[in-house]
Amino acid sequence: MSEPITNAPLQLTCLHDRHVALGAKMSPFAGFDMPIQYTSIIEEHNAVRQRVGMFDVSHMGEIFVEGPEAETFVNYIFTNEIRGFAPGKVLYGMMCQRDGGTVDDLLVYREFEPDHFLLVVNAANIDKDFAWIEKQAKAFQVTVRNESPDWGQIAVQGPLAEKTVVEVLGLKEAAELEFYTYYNTEFAGRRLIVSRTGYTGEDGFELYTSLEGTQALWDKLIVAGVAPCGLGCRDTLRFEAGLPLYGDELSEEISPVMAGLGMFCKLDKAFIGRDALAAQKAEGMPRKLVGLEVHDRAIPRAGYPVELPTGEEIGVVTTGYHSITLDKSIAFALIDSRYAPLGTELLVRIRKKIFPATVTGKRFYKPNYKK
Amino acid sequence: MSKILEGLKYSESHEWVSVDGNVATIGVTDFAQSEMGDITYVDMPDVDDEVTAGEEFGALESVKASSDLYSPVSGTVIATNEALEDSPETVNEDAYAAWIIKVEMSDPSELDALMDAAAYEAFIA
Repeated sequence: MSEPITNAPLQLTCLHDRHVALGAKMSPFAGFDMPIQYTSIIEEHNAVRQRVGMFDVSHMGEIFVEGPEAETFVNYIFTNEIRGFAPGKVLYGMMCQRDGGTVDDLLVYREFEPDHFLLVVNAANIDKDFAWIEKQAKAFQVTVRNESPDWGQIAVQGPLAEKTVVEVLGLKEAAELEFYTYYNTEFAGRRLIVSRTGYTGEDGFELYTSLEGTQALWDKLIVAGVAPCGLGCRDTLRFEAGLPLYGDELSEEISPVMAGLGMFCKLDKAFIGRDALAAQKAEGMPRKLVGLEVHDRAIPRAGYPVELPTGEEIGVVTTGYHSITLDKSIAFALIDSRYAPLGTELLVRIRKKIFPATVTGKRFYKPNYKK
Repeated sequence: MSKILEGLKYSESHEWVSVDGNVATIGVTDFAQSEMGDITYVDMPDVDDEVTAGEEFGALESVKASSDLYSPVSGTVIATNEALEDSPETVNEDAYAAWIIKVEMSDPSELDALMDAAAYEAFIA
């Protein structure tokens, strides 16, 4: 999560004053001044795994696409297949460049109105994505609107998330939602999207509404005792569940196929980057994203080299932690594909020392999603 | 408000030193632990390793980041706090009890370059 250095003033979400009043440790992320932790990353992480926690994710981007060719267009810029995908469903996938490099990973919501879609994109990429989508849209009968500044978003996550949104927020229909579906309701006179999605490996909901509505939802949840959780544990939670972070595991240089996300790329349809991804799949990638378990408490951090016993560098760590849930040092690493088979023994250089590590799957923690 | 103990010496990189004869006991300050958050690993040198004033001798790892430790004095490591291997969180609980290494000093005059409690309090204010 390296931060590009810019002189632009940091943006504030609609909940910024709440974070400051709660004494959160604040830090720049994706151009926003965001809460990293309120009490401790470990406490907040455990709150989400064991009970329920909430995150301000108002920095995420909301881009609306509509028009007679909206389905054809979205299917052309999105790696996953949206035809035959019913209103009220949410689909995960990527937008790719022609060379297969990843523009962003995102959620696509098929709206209940025909020919309407909502694309939820990463905060750091909002401007880039919007410009890129608009450019591709020229040949289609669609309109594209970036409404990101008008929407707040709260993620309520954890085994008690359903009970919390039903009892504290009165969102009774939320209990009926399957994972990766949503419904619309009204809150404070504005649209509220209740989406059973998340980025933690637990059951949970993402609530999108107006800025004022987001503030009112947050305050209700705080009064009910729901633990506010910062971006620190958002990263440890998503990492344990094997979920990629754009900038670390996906980028303009790292394609979805390289990142092991080929299942979200439907190569039997036409979309931008399809041919490059098909070639990568057919020919095999020179590098591949793998899981690594380090047999020590020392922590493999992003950027640390992965080596062979000969000292030859064969890859690099993209994310690494001492896992809070599993109590072991684990990492994602992008390495030479020849060493990617499960069980391969490698070495990670952590400062001046080298530590043995074993190639593992990337899903370190089995998610507890609603079936 | 971070805790600062009288009678200790402090470095600008937030280590504390307690001196007993020629032996310096070294840890990190309460300010340092609170800045780092939950400590999950302490990377320590081995006994008999040489350390040099101002140079790295190990690292603290929190959930989020790793932070190098700098030795306030030069000399030979005569003990490391092995309890930290299993319980690194004691650095968060009481940073002044959770010493990291003991060093037999080769040049005790290096202590004169360190801050006392009042100077350190002003330094982190």
